[in-house]
Amino acid sequence: MQRETMPETHLIQTTVNGQAYERHTEARQLLSDFLRHDLGLSGLHVGCEQGACGACTILFDGQPVRACLMLAVQADGHALLTVESLGTPDKLNVLQSAFWEKHGLQCGYCTAGILMTLTAFLQDNPTPTEHAVRTALSGNLCRCTGYQNIVAAALLAAEQMQPVDSTPQP
Amino acid sequence: MKPAPFVYHAPTSLGAALMLKAEHGDEAKFLAGGQSLIPAMNFRIANPALLVDVNKLAALDYIHVVAGELRIGALTRVQRLEHDPLVRAHWPLLPETVPHIAHPQIRNRSTVGGSLAHADPAAELPVILTALGGRLRLQSSTGERWVGADDFFVSLFTTAIATDEMLVEVAIPAAPARTGTAFMEVARRHGDYAMLGVAVVVTLDAAGACSAARLIFLNAGDRPMNAQRAAAALLGQLPGSAAIEAAASSATEELEPMGSVHATPAYQRHLARVLARRALRLAVQRAN
Ligand SMILES: Cc1cc2nc3c(=O)[nH]c(=O)nc-3n(C[C@H](O)[C@H](O)[C@H](O)COP(=O)(O)OP(=O)(O)OC[C@H]3O[C@@H](n4cnc5c(N)ncnc54)[C@H](O)[C@@H]3O)c2cc1C
Ligand code: FES
Ligand code: FES
Repeated sequence: MQRETMPETHLIQTTVNGQAYERHTEARQLLSDFLRHDLGLSGLHVGCEQGACGACTILFDGQPVRACLMLAVQADGHALLTVESLGTPDKLNVLQSAFWEKHGLQCGYCTAGILMTLTAFLQDNPTPTEHAVRTALSGNLCRCTGYQNIVAAALLAAEQMQPVDSTPQP
Repeated sequence: MKPAPFVYHAPTSLGAALMLKAEHGDEAKFLAGGQSLIPAMNFRIANPALLVDVNKLAALDYIHVVAGELRIGALTRVQRLEHDPLVRAHWPLLPETVPHIAHPQIRNRSTVGGSLAHADPAAELPVILTALGGRLRLQSSTGERWVGADDFFVSLFTTAIATDEMLVEVAIPAAPARTGTAFMEVARRHGDYAMLGVAVVVTLDAAGACSAARLIFLNAGDRPMNAQRAAAALLGQLPGSAAIEAAASSATEELEPMGSVHATPAYQRHLARVLARRALRLAVQRAN
């Protein structure tokens, strides 16, 4: 088969952080690059592009996945959430405030991915044990914190999400 | 660290996917979970000219039981095996193993079919399917056939799947009465590929003697490695400490692990003995 010389593009429709987009994307464009470069959602970080670090974790139809191991064309017809869907700098959400409170980040490179992993985890496990939190975080690398404060932040967030507000965190 | 250009198709029927593969042969690759293929494309180790994305074939995403046999569609995400009530009740070896396979974010995408077709000798599912005596259904645009797990895994990243075929379904028989299973591995970090691992299946007869046994090792060769002499050593024996120790020693001798940067062959042999002993003990306890 003749290898294409012109980039092959596809028109996709996808909902990201509640907003509908219709964009052309090259078949080989990674979803992580599409979100960062085409949609400007640079809260998503790219660490390894081989699935090992978790920095690029997003929610794909509600489930945490590696954006660097998916193609942008595969987002067609799906709903995605990135870290930009959580709080704003002026109004952090419960999980983000817990990271602030417990000093759950240093350089912040891993943080967006960890927040998205924990967002899904805390929805499914509203009263987690410390062990469960550590297992949930096993797919996210952090080179700075040593994880202690990330775990503390997750546990604090779980506590604060109880039972006052039982609606799912955004 | 970006894939080379390719042509992308996402057919909505199995027939169309198989036609594309028949037409383009080795130039075309199926894209399932992408958790092995996309990293390989990012590194340009894999440079398919055509990608056939099979994620729209929702009909291949199922877990059900047909005449006592577990049937899993190739597109079923690995994560589903951990929590499915049918699987938990009757094939506990699967949910026991799933948490060892990568991380939740990867298991949400990776598929049963992709993991088996990829045939990494360090992967867990090929070992589990072999231990449980599973079969695989391969389909092409002209027909289909079933292949037993023992014949499916040929060597490193190589299976019995022909150029025009797709793995569409996996079948796992019901376990006989008084069967116990166990899986154990040692990895540097939780979720990493293991340095060595073993899946064990033991069946006891009415007198408590071992009537069937299988020990299949992970990362101990170029495919799931069947320690047949170790299994034979257990047959007809009351599986107490002495018999288990003899089987574990036999496994250590018959395996020829290749070693890696993480573990020398001697260390892998040591792991084989220790893990075989522990897994056999646990499986026997569960069979009782
Ligand atoms: C960081 C990381 C850690 C990992 N750790 C582990 C681990 O500890 N244990 C483990 O077992 N795996 C591990 N994996 C691999 C992961 O489980 C893979 O997803 C899996 O092996 C491949 O499944 P897939 O559905 O993603 O297949 P893909 O990546 O889509 O495909 C893999 C190969 O199989 C072919 N293929 C896919 N489906 C079919 C089909 N139905 N018929 C014929 N050919 C097909 C593709 O063309 C391709 O060549 C890890 C992956 C990553 C990124
Ligand atoms: S950038 Fe995606 S996992 Fe590291
Ligand atoms: S805060 Fe720096 S990598 Fe996690």
